Amino acid sequence: MPEVLKAPLTVEFPFTRSLGPVQSAFLTGLRERVVLGVRTRDGRTLVPPVEYDPVTAEEIRDLVQVAATGTVTTWAWNHAPRRGQPLGAPFAWALIRLDGADTALLHAVDAPGPDAVHTGMRVRVRWAEERTGAITDIACFEPYDGDDPAEPAGHSGEFSNFENFEDPVTGIVAPARLDYTYSPGRAQSAYISALSEHRNVGERCPTCRKVYVPPRGACPTCGVATLEQVEVGPRGTVTTFCIVNIKAAHTANLDIDVPYVYAHIALDGADLALHGRIGGIPYDQVRMGLRVEPVWTEGARFPDHYRPTGEADADYDTYRELL
Amino acid sequence: MCDIPLVPVMRDIALVAFAQTDHRRTSDEHSEVEMLMPVLHDVLAQTGLKTADIGFTCSGSSDYLAGRAFSFTLALDGVGAWPPIPESHVEMDGAWALYEAWTKLLTGDADTALVYAYGKSSPGSVRDVLTRQLDPYYVAPLWPDSIALAALQAQALIDAGHTDEPALAGVAARSRRDAVGNSHAQLRGSVPHGDYLVRPLRTGDCPPIGDGAAAVILAAGDRARELCERPAWIRGIDHRIEAHALGVRDLTDSPSTRLAAEKAGAFERLVDTAELHAPFTSQEVVLRKALRLDDSVRVNPSGGALAANPIMAAGLIRIGEAAARIHRGESDRALAHATSGPCLQQNLVAVLEGDPR
Ligand SMILES: [Zn+2]
Repeated sequence: MPEVLKAPLTVEFPFTRSLGPVQSAFLTGLRERVVLGVRTRDGRTLVPPVEYDPVTAEEIRDLVQVAATGTVTTWAWNHAPRRGQPLGAPFAWALIRLDGADTALLHAVDAPGPDAVHTGMRVRVRWAEERTGAITDIACFEPYDGDDPAEPAGHSGEFSNFENFEDPVTGIVAPARLDYTYSPGRAQSAYISALSEHRNVGERCPTCRKVYVPPRGACPTCGVATLEQVEVGPRGTVTTFCIVNIKAAHTANLDIDVPYVYAHIALDGADLALHGRIGGIPYDQVRMGLRVEPVWTEGARFPDHYRPTGEADADYDTYRELL
Repeated sequence: MCDIPLVPVMRDIALVAFAQTDHRRTSDEHSEVEMLMPVLHDVLAQTGLKTADIGFTCSGSSDYLAGRAFSFTLALDGVGAWPPIPESHVEMDGAWALYEAWTKLLTGDADTALVYAYGKSSPGSVRDVLTRQLDPYYVAPLWPDSIALAALQAQALIDAGHTDEPALAGVAARSRRDAVGNSHAQLRGSVPHGDYLVRPLRTGDCPPIGDGAAAVILAAGDRARELCERPAWIRGIDHRIEAHALGVRDLTDSPSTRLAAEKAGAFERLVDTAELHAPFTSQEVVLRKALRLDDSVRVNPSGGALAANPIMAAGLIRIGEAAARIHRGESDRALAHATSGPCLQQNLVAVLEGDPR
């Protein structure tokens, strides 16, 4: 069995999300250093506020301002902060019930150590210096030993007394990044290893005898492992194709002029067509049945493209099953 | 008046075969389908069924775990899905795939169903991956990892006087001791309780991170009796969810578990066995209370999720383990539980019974 291949894989993308009216008011409020909650019909105040009552599913819109101080309802000491978390130094995760709220908000508490944190401790918001209308506008909470604040007041959710009132937050962009070490498994490792020697090695199903290239480790018809390795190609037949008129956006493909032909190619001995670009022939002369061979470039891990071999076209019946 | 009965006669549906992989920290040498195929072949061999005999196929998995897009479609190669078969997938633990398959059999559209689940946590950092299932507006931007959230729940239980750290260590030790009899388990025997990961949870309070897969076959009525000597009849199954905001919930209780158990008929008669999907020691404390399990009930004889926790399969494995004990005659009435989301957010309860001996 060949060596198991591995490669780093980073999946990274920004999620752009629109906000409902309650979420919009809450996040606009954070930007303006005001914490808003939403009142349910039975008089509970939910912070952070939601669009619908979690018990009755009723739409709720009655905003109230709550204090920037509150009480820890439970906590957990995080001695090794991870990427993206609110603080870089050890901190406490906590659920915090703000004064005037009936529910708790998840955030970080900046404290010197676990002995300085307890359920019931009083904390207050430490605002981020730069605020954009996001939960991270609260940098964290910090211990607080001042007086209890006044009762919260109703709030319209509009910040007419703030200079940015014409600019409510209507969406957030939440970046996400996850890092992996990818390994393709047995069948694909073997395929990629052989490809590095310019050989196409597929696998044969022990039941239906079909040869799959590239192999995925299982026959999708029989549901059994494909273990017998079979070298196929290098020549093959174009089974079907399309003419691409859109310039590639990927930097690796910028040199390819349009129009070009992308084709399904059945390598000799394979029962599954793979795909590749056809070159060395005008795009409007490519046809089903065209016989082709791979063209390798220096140091490449897969063929750059396929070109005509000059053989007579394959008979339709030889590849009709692979269409 | 009309003479159609208002309550339709429910079909009897049983779990007739169960298989799981050995669960391991890594499985680099196998793709998902390569890891999965042996358990698919195992349950088919137990029943003598061929892929073509299966009426409905349903799976549970998440592409986020291994970062491999559309891995669930590649996994379908392992069941012989071409030409197309009646098939479905849930981005959830396989226990919920089993629920879907159970409803499919109830309709009478199929007499047999294959349910499978797999999870490969090793390629990524599962603590971070699981943050992506959280509220994207107020919670996910803070990246609170799965252990941190479980630790908040554990501290709430300690504050409420429901447990303490030595008691939690006792849950961990009992689970891994029981896992000695489970050759598939990843953590077995004497396992050091370790340092705090996120206080108050220590390494020993947390599940092992690993890769694995499981499969079961469901069958209806007489078909079940043909395929299995002692079918594990699903007497009831239900799942319920709680509010998604952690700060709205009472983390020391699990009303969704209690309600699901009630709807599944779990409280109608005592069970002798319970397989609970409690990845963290503290969560067993919550579940025992919600399910009213006393010391007469054998809890997690397999070692539970503290012994092996292939994410997306671990809940299905609880149902499979409970059924396997009925198959072997070691249980007559068992409860199986599966969970999903942070701090036991969503819970499924199934009640399984064997025919009288
Ligand atoms: Zn085959």
